[in-house]
Amino acid sequence: MRIRARWAWPALALMLCACSRPPDELTFWAMGRESEVVAELLPEFERTHPGVHVSLHQLPWTGAHAKLLTAFVGDATPDVAQLGNTWIPELAALHALEPLSARVRGSAAVQPPDYFAGIWDTNVIGGVLYGVPWYVDTRLLFYRTDLLKKAGYDAPPDDWNQWRRTMSALKAQAGPDRFSILLPLNEFEPLTALALQQKEPLLREGGGRGNFETAGFRKALGLYVEMFDRGWAPLVSEAQISNVWDEFGRGYFAYYISGPWNIGEFKRRLPPERSRDWMTAPLPGPDGPGASIAGGSSLVIFAASRRKSQAWQLIEYLSRPDVQERFRALTGDLPPRRSVWNLPALAADPYARAFRQQLERAKPAPKVPEWEHIEDELRLVGERAATGQMTVEQAARELDRRVDAILEKRRWMLARAGSGHGGP
Amino acid sequence: MNRPASYAVNGLLLAAAAISLAPLAWMLSASLMAAGQSNTFPPPFFPAEPTLANYRELFTRVGVGRYLANSLVVATAGTGLSLLFNVSAGYAFAKLSFAGRERVLRALLAALVIPAQVAMLPLFLMLRAIGLVNSYGGVIVPALASVFGIFLVRQYARSIPDEILEAARLEGAGEGHIFLRIVLPLLKPILVTLAIFTFLNIWNDFMWPLIVLTDSRLQTLPVALALLSREHVQDNELMMAGAVVTVLPPLLLFLGLQRYYIQGLLLGSVKG
Amino acid sequence: MRPSLAGWWFAGPALAVLAVFFVVPVAAAFVLSLTDFDIYAIADPANLRLVWLHNYVQLLKTPLFWKALGNTLYFVVVGVPLSIAVSLATAVLLDSELARFKGAFRTALFAPVVTTVVAVAVVWRNLFHARYGWVNHALGAIGLGPVDWLGDPHWSMPAIILFAVWKNFGINMIIFVAALQAIPRELYEAARIEGANAAQQFRHVTLPLLAPTMLMVAVVTMAGYFQLFAEPYVMTQGGPLQSTVSVLYLMYEQGFKWWSLGVASAVAFALFALMLACTALLLRTARRRMVAWGST
Repeated sequence: MRIRARWAWPALALMLCACSRPPDELTFWAMGRESEVVAELLPEFERTHPGVHVSLHQLPWTGAHAKLLTAFVGDATPDVAQLGNTWIPELAALHALEPLSARVRGSAAVQPPDYFAGIWDTNVIGGVLYGVPWYVDTRLLFYRTDLLKKAGYDAPPDDWNQWRRTMSALKAQAGPDRFSILLPLNEFEPLTALALQQKEPLLREGGGRGNFETAGFRKALGLYVEMFDRGWAPLVSEAQISNVWDEFGRGYFAYYISGPWNIGEFKRRLPPERSRDWMTAPLPGPDGPGASIAGGSSLVIFAASRRKSQAWQLIEYLSRPDVQERFRALTGDLPPRRSVWNLPALAADPYARAFRQQLERAKPAPKVPEWEHIEDELRLVGERAATGQMTVEQAARELDRRVDAILEKRRWMLARAGSGHGGP
Repeated sequence: MNRPASYAVNGLLLAAAAISLAPLAWMLSASLMAAGQSNTFPPPFFPAEPTLANYRELFTRVGVGRYLANSLVVATAGTGLSLLFNVSAGYAFAKLSFAGRERVLRALLAALVIPAQVAMLPLFLMLRAIGLVNSYGGVIVPALASVFGIFLVRQYARSIPDEILEAARLEGAGEGHIFLRIVLPLLKPILVTLAIFTFLNIWNDFMWPLIVLTDSRLQTLPVALALLSREHVQDNELMMAGAVVTVLPPLLLFLGLQRYYIQGLLLGSVKG
Repeated sequence: MRPSLAGWWFAGPALAVLAVFFVVPVAAAFVLSLTDFDIYAIADPANLRLVWLHNYVQLLKTPLFWKALGNTLYFVVVGVPLSIAVSLATAVLLDSELARFKGAFRTALFAPVVTTVVAVAVVWRNLFHARYGWVNHALGAIGLGPVDWLGDPHWSMPAIILFAVWKNFGINMIIFVAALQAIPRELYEAARIEGANAAQQFRHVTLPLLAPTMLMVAVVTMAGYFQLFAEPYVMTQGGPLQSTVSVLYLMYEQGFKWWSLGVASAVAFALFALMLACTALLLRTARRRMVAWGST
């Protein structure tokens, strides 16, 4: 009896230790398909970093934003997270993210010059780096080479005027029931890309006011509206297109502004007789090849984390070129590092080539927390202009009015900062 | 034997049932299709080669079994507990007069029309303060009482004749005894109804469990379902399989509780 | 124990839960609505400004708020009567002595309620497709032209209404079935003996006894339909041209996409005020109608 009692307490203590969380459990939040894939990459990380255990939490994209908000407010943020790079300005404004500039400087694995400049820039707010790009996303032209050739053009357009000429020829060839280009009205990316191609910034006064009444933006919006006015693009949203791959294969449209995931989808879903009839090309700009959206996700460390060194180790691991290549092979997401692009798999892919060129010209959107809201208004006003409910002039003025209202609080904060009361 | 009327009634029911079930039948059918097949237009009604691959993938790669277990625990516990709370309150509002009853009732009516999402962030902060975040309790406790449930029970309980209750009181029965032995059996149909509704509400709730459960291991089925809808591509078959798994338990519960609908209220025979 | 004291014992737990986990957060949300609580305030409470009724006034000046209100009222005015009518009709059919296989029919008719909106919306998007959807096929079969359900701003809300009614009618049907079961059969017998046919029995026996339940169902359904959110969120994302933006959808966007929780709370309470007014109106009209009914 007595012997048992003597063992009871240590046994109990051992049990309690076993039940409590291991000291170096790193919480990592990832979203969507990437969260499923990264689960496969983690075992090797844990093997090469003994003592660090990663607890992966998969979040659906719908609700991820709300989840991050409540987590921050409730002081329940993870150590590491995947963040869409448009969310970085918001979380940086909350002082929720750990600055990473010093860690990057001392790191052998993360080499800034290896990253596409525009993409890297999306993570820099006020001169401070808050995230490391994980995978990238941009938009460019997918087009039917055979239809373009039949219309008399051997190569895709380089600038807007050439683009206009090809669209005009394609429409003449297509007739009233088909179109030159598909621009779903529920997508903001095409208009945003055209707007980013302008020299003038989209916001002025330190991001306190809209800058949409410039000549540059009005030209961009003008081109967008022109494509609908001339019948080059149908007035439809995504829901009304039965199956975009089928329609592309059938020649319902010849140009489609889309992103990297469609390389794999087109390869898979187009009928065999069409498999050689399409290609990708960088977006034409006003005077030559143009800029496009700098999208994608980054990896960030939360300021409240108590395991920042281990968190950084995980980020370094996921940024290694060989790990990035494995990630790319599983997801189809494009890597942010040029060295990974030089590896055989991507270098040999003819469709990815245009993305490589476009990424060199990727331009970040204004890095204010309100940008997603502004982008929404941009899409809505663009939709009204495209459907003829507003002229381009009216639309530009309306957009400035709405954006100024959205940015009112930011102006107030900037004014306070100016007078020394702390700011955004 | 009124033949035409019988045909009419059953015919209409059949038509209504067909309209109700057709989309669900397609959901089941799509869940048995190979990846990408359901996306062709016009969409096929039957799978070319039925396969259980989607279900296999659900339970192995996506780990739906764990989400299913969580949903079962939370919904069952939540339903059982909330029945206790709501039924006793509904009965009290119907048959037990207490000071301020009518005023509280009117306030509850007002509470019925407040959208719940507005309270989500303050509620999260409150639960965090008392340590209920990231536990089954965080999902169950706010759902323990519902204004709708109280009203539903009250509505039904009002039709219990006061004479029965008075007779029991005169014989010296305590309120608790009256509630358990007399009232509850009479309320069976509405108990079943409320149980089904409560179970469904907790079962299908997406936003609140996502917010309050920070641990992946505790997450519920609707969150898993949301994870299955891809950002860019619509491979519906896997999501349809997930949807079928999400639909089955409440449907089975409903089937199981069917017989309580056959028993009418004792009221009828008492009056006669 | 006196009944009056017992009343508090029985109702107490539920009321306590509601008070703590509902009333308090809602009161906090109301306070939020008087401020410009947003992401900057989350970062630093010093950035919070008390704006009193400014949010509400701004809301009244926002065209999108009025559009959302209009969309929501459209949904309520058309959807609630339609939903109750379908629920009552199916409940009466189910309750009829002539109906066979009641259990099977009951389950079939209730099945849509059990599904999750996310999954069924995908199916319904296919059904509503302008060219290949079955809804248009069915319309074509009776000679009506195809409708661009999800692309035409005039038809998008009817599409949402049809979807919502299909999904939710089973709830009220079950409640009506339970209530119909409570009507003693002897009353129908008595009416039949006096020579009343089915329709007259319905009017003079069923409807009056069903009236309190119908009122409750109407109030609850109306309250639920005012809170339209899931269907536009999943099916149309508020489009096309914001024709399916409901008030709660607006609140969700403000609060959880843009993190302007002050404005979002104001939207919620504006909706609450409207719903309270409509409910009070409904109750008063119904009471008068029921008094008139009772006297026949």
